[in-house]
Amino acid sequence: MREACASRYISNQMLTKRIIPCLDVKDGRTVKGVRFEGLRDAGDPVALASRYAREGADELVFLDITATNQKRTTLVALVRDVARELDIPFTVGGGIGTVADVEALLLNGADKVSINSAALHRPELIDELARRFGSQCIVVAVDARYTVENGWQVYTRAGTHNTGHDAVEWSREVAERGAGEILLTSMSNDGTKDGFALDLTGAVSRAVSVPVVASGGAGSKQDFTAVFQQANADAGLAASIFHFGEIGIAELKQHLRADGIPVRL
Amino acid sequence: MEIAVIDYKGGNVQSVLFALERLGVQATLTSDEEVIRRADKILFPGEGEAASAMSELRAQGLDQLLPTLTQPFLGICLGMQLLGTHSEENDTDLLNILPFEVKRFPADAQHKVPHMGWNTLQRLRSPLFEGLQAEDYVYFVHSYYAPVGEYTIAEAEYPAPFSAAVQHRNFYAVQFHTEKSGPVGTRILENFLKL
Repeated sequence: MREACASRYISNQMLTKRIIPCLDVKDGRTVKGVRFEGLRDAGDPVALASRYAREGADELVFLDITATNQKRTTLVALVRDVARELDIPFTVGGGIGTVADVEALLLNGADKVSINSAALHRPELIDELARRFGSQCIVVAVDARYTVENGWQVYTRAGTHNTGHDAVEWSREVAERGAGEILLTSMSNDGTKDGFALDLTGAVSRAVSVPVVASGGAGSKQDFTAVFQQANADAGLAASIFHFGEIGIAELKQHLRADGIPVRL
Repeated sequence: MEIAVIDYKGGNVQSVLFALERLGVQATLTSDEEVIRRADKILFPGEGEAASAMSELRAQGLDQLLPTLTQPFLGICLGMQLLGTHSEENDTDLLNILPFEVKRFPADAQHKVPHMGWNTLQRLRSPLFEGLQAEDYVYFVHSYYAPVGEYTIAEAEYPAPFSAAVQHRNFYAVQFHTEKSGPVGTRILENFLKL
């Protein structure tokens, strides 16, 4: 009882840790890949988004994996539909490469835009976007994979191509260039449900002064406790465990609060 | 009721328009002086960087118009900071409607900058917060803040107390995104529309 009161007091005075469901979308529908292969349909993005907001999700991320010419038009339409309905913040990412792309998404109601390959291709894009729109809405996604030779390396092309960048060094650079948040995914953990990459997340969180969203590997409520307590993540992101109802957002947050982690309930 | 949302290329205004739409309220996105003067309520959202926002306001003559308005006015996020005297963000002179200096948060290991996410409101002292509970959260995204002063009507802590909301005469403003703060934010917006 005494402990419950103490954690209640803590949570009442602090910025809370965020829980973020990620919705992979393709041609306007939600899909989720396990280790980025074998996609499964998990429904209508607007309906899912509203459900998550009601259940207590703190934010949402939409990752667009559409690879057609209509991509930009369908994504802008999706953003508008979601923004009309949703009263919590959301980030959009996936193949966004130009200032014009970012502007269209922000003007239609996206709160933050996440860039990945385009930043690796031309890092100055981060500076340009931050200057134009403000750091608060520019997220850089860093996909890392553990290699025996070189530790955590930044990968692109759905985890197939090693860029040669060290994940911690690259994170430091994107933050210095003006990223307002880092969405850090461990490709080595993604889809395993063995937990987040605590060493990677902790190293990046120590290296940068902007918020870090940990992604990849969440399989249990304890995994979230670990990434907040041991790796100082600011937010935890997951997809299939939420989409298929394995963990409810509300029960996850109750669990975190009982562990003394400040969350919004 | 006529509601004007000030249009000065100040970022994510669409979310504010959608939030009003969800409340069943029609609003006009405008920079037209006549429309603004006639409106019953004014919303002044803002995101991005202070200096470019101020130069856009000056280019449209809004820096002269806004301080003369007398109807209930709600600044949001950067739209709150711009009401102060001066910002550390690129050494920018502001609208000078409220007597605060905007400062940058000092980052440390436990306090990342931007201050991004859900935080609680404390020491509420305004009809704007009618009906709120002790543990209600609102969504913040900002790297700069207004210190606590006699104009403060709500505080938040990161780690020291800062102004989460301010008021002077008809000018109300909130640092958080009331349009993105779930049912709590909706309630604050409704309270404002009733002022």
